[in-house]
Amino acid sequence: MVRFPIIDEHQASLRAGAVLNGGKMKYYNEMFEGERVRDPYARLNDWIETMPDDFRQMKQAEAEALFRRIGITFAVYGEGGDPDRLIPFDMMPRVFEQAEWRRLERGVKQRARALNAFLRDVYGRGEIIRAGRIPARLVYRNDAYEKAVVGVVPPRGVYSHIIGIDLVRTGKDEFFVLEDNCRTPSGVSYMLENREIMMRMFPQLFRKNRIEPVDQYPALLRRTLESVAPPKCNDRPTCVILTPGHYNSAYYEHSFLANLMGVELVEGADLFVDGEFVYMRTTQGPKRVDVIYRRIDDPFLDPLCFRPDSMLGVPGLLDVYRSGGVSICSAPGAGVADDKAIYTFVPEMVRFYLGEEPLLQNVQTWTLWKEDDYKHVMANLPDLVVKEVHGSGGYGMLVGPRATTEEIELFRKKIEANPSNYIAQPTLSLSTCPTFVEEGIAPRHVDLRPFCLCGDRIELVPGGLTRVALREGSLVVNSSQGGGVKDTWVLSE
Amino acid sequence: MLSRTASNLFWMGRHLERAETAARLLDVGQRITLLPNTEAGYQNEWNSLLQASGTSGVFAEKYGEVTQEKIEEFVFFDRDNPSSVASCIEKARESGRIVRTALTSEVWDALNVAYQELRKIERKSRSKLDTASLTEFTTGHTATVRGAINSTQLRNDGWHFMHLGYGLERADATARLLDVKYFVLLPRIEFVGSGLDSYQWQVILRALSAHRAYHWAYGGDVSAGRVADFLILNGESPRSLITSLYEAVWHLEGIARRYGEAVPAAARDKAREVLAALQGRDIDMIFDEGLHEFLSWFIGEIGAISMLVHEDYLLGGS
Repeated sequence: MVRFPIIDEHQASLRAGAVLNGGKMKYYNEMFEGERVRDPYARLNDWIETMPDDFRQMKQAEAEALFRRIGITFAVYGEGGDPDRLIPFDMMPRVFEQAEWRRLERGVKQRARALNAFLRDVYGRGEIIRAGRIPARLVYRNDAYEKAVVGVVPPRGVYSHIIGIDLVRTGKDEFFVLEDNCRTPSGVSYMLENREIMMRMFPQLFRKNRIEPVDQYPALLRRTLESVAPPKCNDRPTCVILTPGHYNSAYYEHSFLANLMGVELVEGADLFVDGEFVYMRTTQGPKRVDVIYRRIDDPFLDPLCFRPDSMLGVPGLLDVYRSGGVSICSAPGAGVADDKAIYTFVPEMVRFYLGEEPLLQNVQTWTLWKEDDYKHVMANLPDLVVKEVHGSGGYGMLVGPRATTEEIELFRKKIEANPSNYIAQPTLSLSTCPTFVEEGIAPRHVDLRPFCLCGDRIELVPGGLTRVALREGSLVVNSSQGGGVKDTWVLSE
Repeated sequence: MLSRTASNLFWMGRHLERAETAARLLDVGQRITLLPNTEAGYQNEWNSLLQASGTSGVFAEKYGEVTQEKIEEFVFFDRDNPSSVASCIEKARESGRIVRTALTSEVWDALNVAYQELRKIERKSRSKLDTASLTEFTTGHTATVRGAINSTQLRNDGWHFMHLGYGLERADATARLLDVKYFVLLPRIEFVGSGLDSYQWQVILRALSAHRAYHWAYGGDVSAGRVADFLILNGESPRSLITSLYEAVWHLEGIARRYGEAVPAAARDKAREVLAALQGRDIDMIFDEGLHEFLSWFIGEIGAISMLVHEDYLLGGS
């Protein structure tokens, strides 16, 4: 038996912490508490300790071959090189106990309900604004607010049907929401495929650990979509997934989900509007479509209503939507709820609409259009994370403790030019999870994106996408920035 | 089924068959150049074969003079040549990727492996590759894909569309190969019936993996009439015009039966008509009418059937 060297946690926790707290800051390690292995990881620890030396390399190569063969790649066109890239997959799973998960689940569902209530409200009477809890300007002058759908209430009042909530952990019971994704969160195919690959490679692990399954997700998604059929549909609804096409980086996911749900994967050109309905072009002539799970952004949905140069959408789609001939998931305009400026008000939404205290905390956020916040942030840039309000993918952000003085000064100028485009947050001590790296096993920072389904019921499969920052000390988990993925386990009772 | 899906399946079939044709063409060319006594050396033959695939213009523009290496590069690897093996495999795989949901994992696997292996070959040094292994690579992988289709795909409309693509493409390819033999390959009319003539026929039979089958079916001599009969009218020959067309008709019937009266079936009607016209001929009639004239007519009819498939099914009825 050969043990992998477990790299010194302190060494791995690195500069980010050192800068912040004079080297005293500790990250929450999800597997180890000092020398002790935490309960959920006990069996995994045996597995690692009895793993032969060359076994890991062999299995890692096998996993990569499987991914490539199945075709799970994310396509990056226009950068040269191989357009089909693999997201690095780490074989070391991340584990939650049942009780931990239950708490998370309640928090995620609560947040999902509040976000949908907010959307229903701001496209209706706007009570939360009248009550002075959220500034009108942030909602009505938001780029993601769609005037075209004001007053249109989608079936069951649900605007966002698939909500991906990005969570980070800083302690045993401390979870924070980093951001909400109410439009078209991606990554669920990795949750499903990571599990498939793990079960195929390590069946014995699944026999020893009792792990909640996640493969019911596609059936639940289809049920959710069918449950929000439009008023004019009085048969079993026909659902489709609308993709921008096979050059899109998430195309694999689109076709994967369509396949598992047993629905057609359509492009804009496959659909057309005739009278009060939307149809798809089939070999047997036109076929009516009732529910569209769209994976294209609002501006591209309908060239007659939004961007006239869009070739991805369907002319006339919005008219059919407004008159109840088709459901669009997520509903046009849902993006206003996941904006980084609106984010700070989500706990307020929970209190306002649900009369409950939020179970999941927001990360403290300074909004730079407020004078006090602005002063504080500018004085403490080296300690903070600054993000663009509309940015995504880990681009256009400053991680203060990891930046050089020049980078900070450069960013300072960008902020000064347009303060209202930025928010700032403290550098969180993201939890770490053991990860296979070149030298053996070492802690790497992780986050979590569970996928919450909202239709006639609110559902959350026990699991999600764990992203891991593979670079030592890095806090950025995005796949475009050197992040990888892990299988996420919820142990059953 | 989405019209776009059907269209991709149809073209996936066509491109796989076309890849195979390109590889066989390479094989024919290579064997013919081994024959010493042709008039203008091997360049002539290669030009003829490029004409058969409709790509001699593209070749001349890009490469100029004909050499064995350039031909291999062009017919097998070149992405600027839309009919090269690499182009066709890539397009077939791209079609497959677009309609991933309509394929079984076995078919996708076979298609994807073919593509990944192609990428590996492309990285190898060209001098390490011989023509025979390139041909074998192609026919091997296309056969694997076809085997996966036949053993795992549902016998639904998608399956019919794939095979329709195969059938029409194969009919077209065999007709073109025959045409090039008679119209272009043989340098002068007095060569008909000569040793060169019969050698070229054998090469074509070999390229169609049919030289043994031919000897089983006809025994002994290779004569123009018998080979033409074998490749045009023999219903046992797997690549003959009549077999290819018969299979296309069979799949068009399958589609029409499935979709019922409400969906137009002009392609099926046309294909039936052409098949009947083939069945009503014998090889002497075809030679009397002129082989080249007959083949031109046939290639035109295959084009017309493809157009009708497009109109009946691939536009989506709007």
